[in-house]
Amino acid sequence: MHISANIMVWFGAFLTLSILSFLYKDNVFYKFAEHLFVGVSAAYWMVIGIWGTLFPNLIAKIYPGGVRFVLPSLADRPPEYYYIIPAILGILLLMRLSKKLGWISRWPLAFIVGTTAGFNLVRYLRSDFIGQVRNTLIPLIVIKDGSFNFIGSFSNTVIIVGVLCGLIYFFFSKEHKGAFGVASRIGIWILMITFGAGFGYTVMARISLLVGRMQFLMGDWLGIINR
Amino acid sequence: MNHIDWFPRKLGIISLVLLVITWGGVLAQAPKDVLSADSLGAPAPAPPTNVRVIDKPNDAGHGLIIRWDLSADDTSGLKNVDRYEVLRSDAPDGEFISRGIVFRGVNEYEDVDDMKPTASSPNPNYMAEGSTWFYKVVALSNQQVYSEPSEIVVGTTRENLFHWGKLPILIAVIIFTAYLLNFIISAKKGKKLYIRPLAGIDAVDDAIGRATEMGKPILFILGLGTAADIATIAGFTILSRVAKKTAEYQTRVLVPVQDPVVLAVAQETVRTAYLEAGRPDQYNSDNIFYVTAMQFPYVAAVNSIMLREKPATNFYMGLFYAESLLLAETGNIAGSIQISGTDQIAQLPFFVAATDFTLIGEELYAASAYLSQEPVQLGTLKAQDYTKAIIMIIIILGAIAITGKWTFIRDIITIHL
Repeated sequence: MHISANIMVWFGAFLTLSILSFLYKDNVFYKFAEHLFVGVSAAYWMVIGIWGTLFPNLIAKIYPGGVRFVLPSLADRPPEYYYIIPAILGILLLMRLSKKLGWISRWPLAFIVGTTAGFNLVRYLRSDFIGQVRNTLIPLIVIKDGSFNFIGSFSNTVIIVGVLCGLIYFFFSKEHKGAFGVASRIGIWILMITFGAGFGYTVMARISLLVGRMQFLMGDWLGIINR
Repeated sequence: MNHIDWFPRKLGIISLVLLVITWGGVLAQAPKDVLSADSLGAPAPAPPTNVRVIDKPNDAGHGLIIRWDLSADDTSGLKNVDRYEVLRSDAPDGEFISRGIVFRGVNEYEDVDDMKPTASSPNPNYMAEGSTWFYKVVALSNQQVYSEPSEIVVGTTRENLFHWGKLPILIAVIIFTAYLLNFIISAKKGKKLYIRPLAGIDAVDDAIGRATEMGKPILFILGLGTAADIATIAGFTILSRVAKKTAEYQTRVLVPVQDPVVLAVAQETVRTAYLEAGRPDQYNSDNIFYVTAMQFPYVAAVNSIMLREKPATNFYMGLFYAESLLLAETGNIAGSIQISGTDQIAQLPFFVAATDFTLIGEELYAASAYLSQEPVQLGTLKAQDYTKAIIMIIIILGAIAITGKWTFIRDIITIHL
């Protein structure tokens, strides 16, 4: 056993234990860690926003000379004045801070939502719609090496029936009764089986996160295990 | 060992190494056209013939396709062709540089370079729209002997207005839009569009009533999406309905968010809902607040709100990631009724397991239409249903066709990028 002499490791261990203490109940240690975590992350993202977005993507584009002392690699580029448009939209977004002019902020919001929805329409149609439909066009009867392949045929049939029943479950214009209801129920069963498999898979991934924290406490901090 | 015995052998090895190095140098430095059967003792393959250059179709004007007839020694004759090398220059008498190599049997090369040069990263190989390039092709034998070069051919890049490979997408958009407009117009004319009941949505009013009876707030979480994510947009519609009800019942609704734009839209949504409920004075913008943009600090803050405020009902409507189970489990500990909805397949299992009602995937969008009863949303939902019917028909027919070895349906809907 070799307990760490590094004060930052001790602080990290204290914060880890403070967060884990939430498993018992809400307490002062958790509150401290939570407030520190939230405060630091909010400030961190604000700094990232300024130095990662505002300066390189806006100020350096409109007035490159303005970033000479902070981002010298961007200072000699020619100005791209069309970036004034997003700058104006950003300023309009801030209008909501004013009670009188707050309504103006709806325009950039509409622009953001509208343009992204438009872009996503084509993207989703390609990948989630046509691409997936195409990949479902598989033979119901699989012939391999000149003979009937039962496993392949069964697998393909399950995929096609599963997709069709799943689609029927998400059919909202018709009440799920009779044969339609049966297909819908098969669809939800297939979804639930998929969710069950997904649940197990993700839980395993989460356990690996817990193992990582335990290794920090037992290894880096207390030195009980070798990392 | 006798020094005199091994000395000539060592000398021989050194001579051989020097000879190899010398020949290697000759091979490396000699112009490709000079390497021939005479200089190496191995026969050179016949050059590729009938070289032609065409504009790369369906692109923004940054590529050319070079095709040729295979060397006479590729699949027949000497059969000594190992690969073909495509050489390019910006002038017929300029310096030709290698642009790529393809193996024997291949008679096509796609020359593309769309990396526009900048001051910091110059790119002399950039193929601008309308630029003209000269090509020749040489065959290389398996003995590393180059053929005579082919004739020089010329090609010019062209920007294409339409990407024919994406035609299926256009057809899908046209069909969907036609359905959409038809149903929206019908709904606006007052036609009743049926939507089947959704269990999770029927529970919304009960959950709001429960919060009112208990005198506790409602917590509405829009997830980690941006204001442009479809799941978040659906979440706004449900938030609007919930906020309107809470305004009528005078129940507090808390909306912690992690994105500044989502904050703006959420505040606007709740403000409008309170206005529609006739209680604009009750609207408190502090109840819709920004926490942080980082995932787990956001979770830590929301979890503590759940335990300290003890909301009667928690809504999770939007885009969720790894935080879904952390939030839903804490809500369980706090004893809240929980209604969730997301289109994130990986997170749905957690919501199904840990919340009382879950809107699965498209049910979230349907719920938004069901609650709002707006013609646009109802029409969209109907159009989606009819599009699903078309998909089912395509899948059934396509699967039968593929089983019978007919690939035409699959070919029709194939996107060539």
